[in-house]
Amino acid sequence: MPNQETSNKICPYCLEPITREDEITYCSKCGVPHHTECWRQKSAGLTVVEKPKIPETPTPKKPSGEPIISFQGVNKWFGKLHVLKDINEEIYPGEVVVIIGPSGSGKSTMLRCINRLETIQKGKLFVDGYEISNPKLNITPVRAEIGMVFQHFNLYPHMTVLENITLAPRKVRKMSEAEAEEIALELLEKVGIPEKAHAYPSQLSGGQQQRVAIARGLAMRPKIMLFDEPTSALDPEMIKEVLDVMKALAREGMTMVVVTHEMGFAREVADRVLFMDGGVIVERGTPEHFFVNPVEERTKLFLRQIL
Amino acid sequence: MDYEFNWLVLWEYRDLLLEGLVLTIKLSAISIVLSTIVGTIFGIMRLSKSLIIRLIASSYVEFFLNTPLIIQLFFWYFALPMALPGWLQSWLWAHNYEFIASVIGLTIYTSTFIAEAVRAGIQSIDKGQREAALASGLTGFQTLWYVILPQAIRIVIPPVVNQFLNLTKNSSLAMTIAVPELTYQAQAIESLTFRGFEAFTAATLIYICLTLTISLVMGKVERWAAKGQRPMAA
Ligand SMILES: Nc1ncnc2c1ncn2[C@@H]1O[C@H](COP(=O)(O)OP(=O)(O)OP(=O)(O)O)[C@@H](O)[C@H]1O
Ligand SMILES: [Mg+2]
Repeated sequence: MPNQETSNKICPYCLEPITREDEITYCSKCGVPHHTECWRQKSAGLTVVEKPKIPETPTPKKPSGEPIISFQGVNKWFGKLHVLKDINEEIYPGEVVVIIGPSGSGKSTMLRCINRLETIQKGKLFVDGYEISNPKLNITPVRAEIGMVFQHFNLYPHMTVLENITLAPRKVRKMSEAEAEEIALELLEKVGIPEKAHAYPSQLSGGQQQRVAIARGLAMRPKIMLFDEPTSALDPEMIKEVLDVMKALAREGMTMVVVTHEMGFAREVADRVLFMDGGVIVERGTPEHFFVNPVEERTKLFLRQIL
Repeated sequence: MDYEFNWLVLWEYRDLLLEGLVLTIKLSAISIVLSTIVGTIFGIMRLSKSLIIRLIASSYVEFFLNTPLIIQLFFWYFALPMALPGWLQSWLWAHNYEFIASVIGLTIYTSTFIAEAVRAGIQSIDKGQREAALASGLTGFQTLWYVILPQAIRIVIPPVVNQFLNLTKNSSLAMTIAVPELTYQAQAIESLTFRGFEAFTAATLIYICLTLTISLVMGKVERWAAKGQRPMAA
């Protein structure tokens, strides 16, 4: 079983793919597989095959075509506070990108720039072919293509679950009520709570509310889904049900940008991880790169604190 | 004390009282509707992104909120017509201008309080609601209409109902510009019969009935607006 699973994994030390024939060991901390020999050399203090010193590591899923989100020298200030400093980043269709970092590092702000819940003051930002950074651009049609899930769910308390999900499809996409409800019921099935269609948000558990919020985001058939700490407000026993929905979504090839403290999710689902600190993307790379041999001191410190 | 009560005068002058009541209801009802519309618009304007719109709205509110109502009534009734062309003046005088002026005065005065209530109500809605709606692709207006206002309304209703009650009571000031509403008629009965005690007791009771009716009706509206929503968190 482990052999099969590791067949497409990359050794974090030599960055070569791990094949079935290789002798492998698993990291005692995070369970990531690596070549036993590489690990021995590393612990012996020897430098393994020239490991790139730059934080960038090649993405396993070789991006194809145009990026769907492109930050080009993006800067953002809140008054005098410089919260995003020269962010350059490209996210490709189908990628799952996880943003991690300490509190106040600008993760939420970076995410919220993508659908212009925050405006940027310098640099360019392209999303789905639109120049979001152009203040003259009408953002409304772009937002319709981007679903967003918030830490505190933000369901509309005066509407039933069904009404929450169908509001945007009906008012923005001008769908008929019947059509919108059909899609909504389908999505509720998918997130596992079809029986709650006529309940009000206040009658649901936190985990159920967050799954409704995901269904609400998906109802617009978005090209991108943004998640801002979707499990941080949940009781531990409900985190899994929400993460499972997100994993399923990732498997279907949804483009996802996820701010989270769930390192298990990052390790398992992310194509790439970005580590932010002080408004800067300090390090980026595959989960393997990240959790096994991060390069930057700040990343190591952060990972030591949370793992 | 040898005042002898004669409640029969009320029956004798019932037509005056009834006319007064009808006019008070008309004056209050029209002003309630108009001040709610105007107040809601100015309340929303105070939260606009545009500095100019915010300034206009807050000047309006601050100015009319801080001027005595009776001065405003006198202004609309005595001063405004002088600024108007002669033909418009005579048209106004021929069309119950005292009534129009009192509607303007009551509407503007009350709308400032309603604007404040609406602004506070909207501001009390979690900003995540607005963000979720905008993020889903709704326009600013759709967000306000489908998401924010339906939630704000139940917070806004109690203070606004208080303003409706104040407006109904304040409508008695219209007598000072010769609108023959309830208080005016009570005064008329007093001067015709010297039965001031009876006349004003009757007026008082009628005002109480009116305000109780408004409270009852709006209580129903409030329960309707709260349907499906959890009890408000403190
Ligand atoms: N609306 C705002 N006005 C002023 N400052 C803000 C605003 N929103 C965020 N900030 C500040 O910007 C910085 C970055 O905030 P941001 O919310 O992006 O951090 P974060 O990485 O998401 O942190 P957390 O993990 O706590 O959510 C913080 O210092 C924060 O205090
Ligand atoms: Mg955040």
